[in-house]
Amino acid sequence: MHPAFSVIFLTTLIGAAQGLFLALVTGQVYSLAKLLEAQDNLRFYALGSALALVLLVAGLIASFFHLGHPERAWRSAAQWRTSWLSREVIALPLFMLLVALYGLIHYEGWTQPLFSIRGVVDVDASLIVGVVGALVAFLLYVCTAMIYASLRFLQEWHSPLTVLNFVFFGLASGFTLAAAFTAWIGVHLVGFYGAWAVVFTLLAVFTRLASLYRNARIKQKSSLQTAIGVRHTTVRQKAQGFIGGSFNTREFFHGRGESALKWIRRGFLLLVFVAPVALLGVAWYLHSAWLPLLAFVSQYLGLLLERYYFFTEARHPQNLYYQSMY
Amino acid sequence: MTQLALVIDLNVCVGCHACVTSCKEWNTSGWAGPMSDFHPYDADPSGTFFNRVQTFEIGEFPNTETVHFPKSCLHCEEPPCVPVCPTGASYKREDNGVVLVDYDKCIGCKYCSWACPYGARELDSRQKVMKKCTLCIDRITDQSLPEAERKPACVLACPTSARLFGDVHDPDSEVSVAIRERGGYQLMPEWGTSPANHYLPRRKTRIRIHEDELVRADNPLDKEAIDLPEEQGETLDDVAW
Ligand code: SF4
Ligand code: SF4
Repeated sequence: MHPAFSVIFLTTLIGAAQGLFLALVTGQVYSLAKLLEAQDNLRFYALGSALALVLLVAGLIASFFHLGHPERAWRSAAQWRTSWLSREVIALPLFMLLVALYGLIHYEGWTQPLFSIRGVVDVDASLIVGVVGALVAFLLYVCTAMIYASLRFLQEWHSPLTVLNFVFFGLASGFTLAAAFTAWIGVHLVGFYGAWAVVFTLLAVFTRLASLYRNARIKQKSSLQTAIGVRHTTVRQKAQGFIGGSFNTREFFHGRGESALKWIRRGFLLLVFVAPVALLGVAWYLHSAWLPLLAFVSQYLGLLLERYYFFTEARHPQNLYYQSMY
Repeated sequence: MTQLALVIDLNVCVGCHACVTSCKEWNTSGWAGPMSDFHPYDADPSGTFFNRVQTFEIGEFPNTETVHFPKSCLHCEEPPCVPVCPTGASYKREDNGVVLVDYDKCIGCKYCSWACPYGARELDSRQKVMKKCTLCIDRITDQSLPEAERKPACVLACPTSARLFGDVHDPDSEVSVAIRERGGYQLMPEWGTSPANHYLPRRKTRIRIHEDELVRADNPLDKEAIDLPEEQGETLDDVAW
């Protein structure tokens, strides 16, 4: 498939934003359980939510560049019964709303306990919104990933690994961002978020390597023989029906050579996995304020490459009709 | 239920592209238009087409065979392109099974084109909406046309009658009989899309002649050469009828 930059930015930006929000809520739940010190509402939660919201808005703007008719985008919520794209279109604004609400509650300080569970856990409005938001964040990961994983003849994408990758990449980049954010504003949660970021990064290494392995050995169900229905081992295409390009030759071919792909693959493996883990480790050791930020920048750039590679991996069966493009 | 479809006979298609041009002519100026062209007379021409004819060579020289292969939306009975559409712009008509796109609803997200294994959909670069074969829906449903003309433009244009049009759910229709009796098949059956359009394979017409039918043992022209043990007289084969 031809990598669509609007979609690459959309999926990586909102993935990190979802991860960041989940990190904030995790922090709140931990401090509620007295495993972490309580944080300042304004500086930490409100600012963190604002940061997540900025990423979400940026992702949303990027997604509009994918559409031929962005002014009709509202129509795309209609087919949520059958279309994962439609479900994502509903889940994303809902999530943005919850993030904004979560930030607002903390900003305004509406965090007096509403009730308490058995006198131990004090439940306030931000916790309720946070937990609902966390659920929607996971739902949104699934929706985004299923847009790709549900296309059964794109065999490289049609796998549970695709969903796991989207979840773990999102969580890894989100928690790395949370570590960078806390280091930057001087909150003592860098170690906590950094450790989780490393855990999620390692999980992502595992599932991504598994999908690379799977895709390298995948057996394509379609062949030129099934595409035109002629039973012969030797079939050569002599004409594709037109001289110049067409939508078919532009949309479904990435046009990159083997060696370029190899470097992209190496690049993202280095930038997404190796560099951030090393940087977070050093940052933890040195108590550095800006190394976690560097880790996030590296991971985010790596994720852009990873998503690019994800597109190039998928071999669409329609390409069989354009043999000269291979 | 009715399921309109094309049956394309690869045995007679000569690859003349008459269906391609008549399709473009009819549809670019009609309901489904425009089908935009870019640099049509320049170095890198590009444009929207609902139908393309490709050519394949089967086998190794000298045992080769050329197959011309017209390719358009197959109006699948289980169209994977329809449920993925977020807006409902892509739909399959209940009454005749034709898969269509509502250009007023389509947001041009291209998702349906990813979901069609055959590459039958093309985003029009000027109108920015998804386009594909409509089976000339504005022709075949136009009651003001005489019955014989209520057919897709490609079917009417084909000089070799390689394209048949009809209801594949009616067992007695021309298309159903052709599929049944002439080995009609579907493309990429492995995806369970159940395309309504079918293709008829290349067929060889051969008469079987045995060696002894060519060299007759009692060939009258060769009679003297045959040394028979005794005079046979005239055989039945010598009689001129
Ligand atoms: S051929 Fe492609 S566009 Fe046409 S109905 Fe089937 S899946 Fe949809
Ligand atoms: S391009 Fe148009 S018809 Fe296709 S899925 Fe998107 S909205 Fe639906």
